[in-house]
Amino acid sequence: MPIIRRALLGVALTLAALPAAAQDSIKIGYIDPLSGAFANVGELGVHHFQFAMDRINAKGGVLGKKLELVPLDSKANPQDTQIALKKVIDDGIRFVLQGNGSNVAHAIVDTLSKHNEREPAKAVLFLNYAAVDPALTNDKCSFWHFRFDADADMKMEALTNYMAKQQGIKKVYLINQDYSFGKAVAAAAQAMMKQKRADVQIVGDELHPLGKVQDFSPYVAKIKASGADSVITGNWGNDLSLLVKAAKDAGLNVDWYTYYAGGLSTPAAIGQAGKDRVKQITEWHSNVEAAALDEELDAYKKKYNEDFYFLRTRNLMEMLVKAFEQAKSADPVKVGIALEGMKHQTPTGEVYMRADNHQLIQPLFVSTMSAGMKRDVENTGLGFKTDGRIEAKDTETPTTCKMKRPSA
Amino acid sequence: MELVVFSLLNGVLYGLLLFMLSSGLTLIFSMMGVLNFAHASLFMLGAYLAYQIGRYTGFWPGLVLAPLIVGLLGAAIERWGLRTVHRFGHVAELLFTFGLALLIEEVVQLIWGRAPVPYTVPSSLDFAAFTLFGTTYPAYKVFMVLISIGMFGLLGLVLTKTRIGLIIQAALTHPDMVAALGHNVPRVFMLVFGVGSALAGLAGVIGGFALVTSPTMARTLGPIVFVVIVVGGLGSLTGAFVASLLIGIVQTFAVAIDFSLIDLLARFGVTVTRADTFYDLWRIKLAQLAPVLPYFMLVLMLIMRPRGLMGTRET
Repeated sequence: MPIIRRALLGVALTLAALPAAAQDSIKIGYIDPLSGAFANVGELGVHHFQFAMDRINAKGGVLGKKLELVPLDSKANPQDTQIALKKVIDDGIRFVLQGNGSNVAHAIVDTLSKHNEREPAKAVLFLNYAAVDPALTNDKCSFWHFRFDADADMKMEALTNYMAKQQGIKKVYLINQDYSFGKAVAAAAQAMMKQKRADVQIVGDELHPLGKVQDFSPYVAKIKASGADSVITGNWGNDLSLLVKAAKDAGLNVDWYTYYAGGLSTPAAIGQAGKDRVKQITEWHSNVEAAALDEELDAYKKKYNEDFYFLRTRNLMEMLVKAFEQAKSADPVKVGIALEGMKHQTPTGEVYMRADNHQLIQPLFVSTMSAGMKRDVENTGLGFKTDGRIEAKDTETPTTCKMKRPSA
Repeated sequence: MELVVFSLLNGVLYGLLLFMLSSGLTLIFSMMGVLNFAHASLFMLGAYLAYQIGRYTGFWPGLVLAPLIVGLLGAAIERWGLRTVHRFGHVAELLFTFGLALLIEEVVQLIWGRAPVPYTVPSSLDFAAFTLFGTTYPAYKVFMVLISIGMFGLLGLVLTKTRIGLIIQAALTHPDMVAALGHNVPRVFMLVFGVGSALAGLAGVIGGFALVTSPTMARTLGPIVFVVIVVGGLGSLTGAFVASLLIGIVQTFAVAIDFSLIDLLARFGVTVTRADTFYDLWRIKLAQLAPVLPYFMLVLMLIMRPRGLMGTRET
């Protein structure tokens, strides 16, 4: 008997020594900056995905397995991203999430396209929650890439549609960061405003170095001298906070049309200076009518002591789980095919994943920082108030994508 | 005309902010010969402490307490860190302060998190002080100007007109002689480093709400502070003051000028179009380059006149 018991123990130990995690969990890699200047942004993403996965796991996981988040540091540059991707591939992780930096997203798409062709048995699927360079779903589109945020052009389209209806707008000033995204925003704004409201004058088109300006008062003086009533900016982080603060100091009365005023510590830095003035275009904000989310928002804030910000991380995870279940498999090719054309009910309405270029089509919202809202942002006492809702179908833009699908 | 007045005023305001940031560093560098990489970190610490203290007591006690704490910390750093490292020469000192800067950044992240803290302009300073051509200037900027000029005046007076100032100056060039006369030279150095740190802390209290108080502020402000002291002349307080104003004004005026090489070529009848090679290079406007100009000045200064505008020595 003791011999048998010992043998059984031996077997049990051997089994335990095997990568047990691989058997009862589906690993999902996450590559974003976890150190350096943008570490807080990367950390925010980890919290959101961990939160979503915890809730899915609490309900029993998917395909009888638990989801497991594996965060890796991209250091916000393509070189270190390659190292992180190598680790993802070596560890047999088949799904990877990323959002911060379109340059990083391009690097992931390039590498995965080659890798997946070479080793189809170890293919990795890329789920992008925030990198908004339009090229990713146009010229550079790939079967292995799915985007869950609206791209920069779609957002500008929605924003300019809203602005075109505001008769008060006569003169618009563009100020953006001097790099690919800032230039894309400026170019899109120029073209679309001209097309939708020929009577609106673009009175300035400024580019400033990324993250180098401490004192925006000279820029504000220029905006003021131009007589602009509205400013469009793709600025984020300190570049947006300092700009709005300098404008408030100088008593500049303009409306700010932004992409990223709603989170990433910007509302806290802008504070009261943004009241009734700062607008944003997003897929969601905390005052969008969606009673279903109340409990989740509170639970998130309680757990991480910060505001829930990315609804798209929730949508992404829900759709991924649905794809797993439809495909009855955690194979990236099958999951990718299941995601194509998938329709999904979210708290803001129905969304769908375009099959032709893998871009999620979802409603967008233009909103303004206002007092007296039910939910405020970053303890400022100000919350976002919806000015306009752009229906999902109205955000669709033509694509130049010619997708190559895997033969399997 | 309006634009010139605005640019001048904004330039002076920005210049004085720069001087406020760099005065402590100039003091430490000129009196001790220590190039303190952790200066901007001490500045950041001042901002965070003022924010923290301000939450309990309001702004004004923080204005006094935060620099005091940073000053004491600076004295402690000199006493138990720098003094030991000093024996191994300048490279060791440099590495020590560099390490210190990284350490402070990590500690700040541990305590206050990676996101910026909501350190805003105190309500007693949050009103328009005066209006010029329809543009308002907030009271806190006037306050900042007063502090900055006050620092300059006081430091200048103390160093040149008082007994302690004379001892400090003598201790730099003739430490043995000063020690032989019965003065405690190490203590003089500790005092200087402490006061320099306190000035950084004070700048932080004001810079914290004028800019954004986040763990990256030290890293973003560090380089510009060095530009000021190098251009001003290593070891010259007046030089740093002049350099700050110069950088502030040059940068501000540059932003106002939308002039590119294309415009210059156009004067000579050459037109450049999108199709030309280097179009992206030609079309860069002076305004786009403005924030880079200080670093350009730094390089030029090091080539043409390594001791800076008013420097007294070359190291």
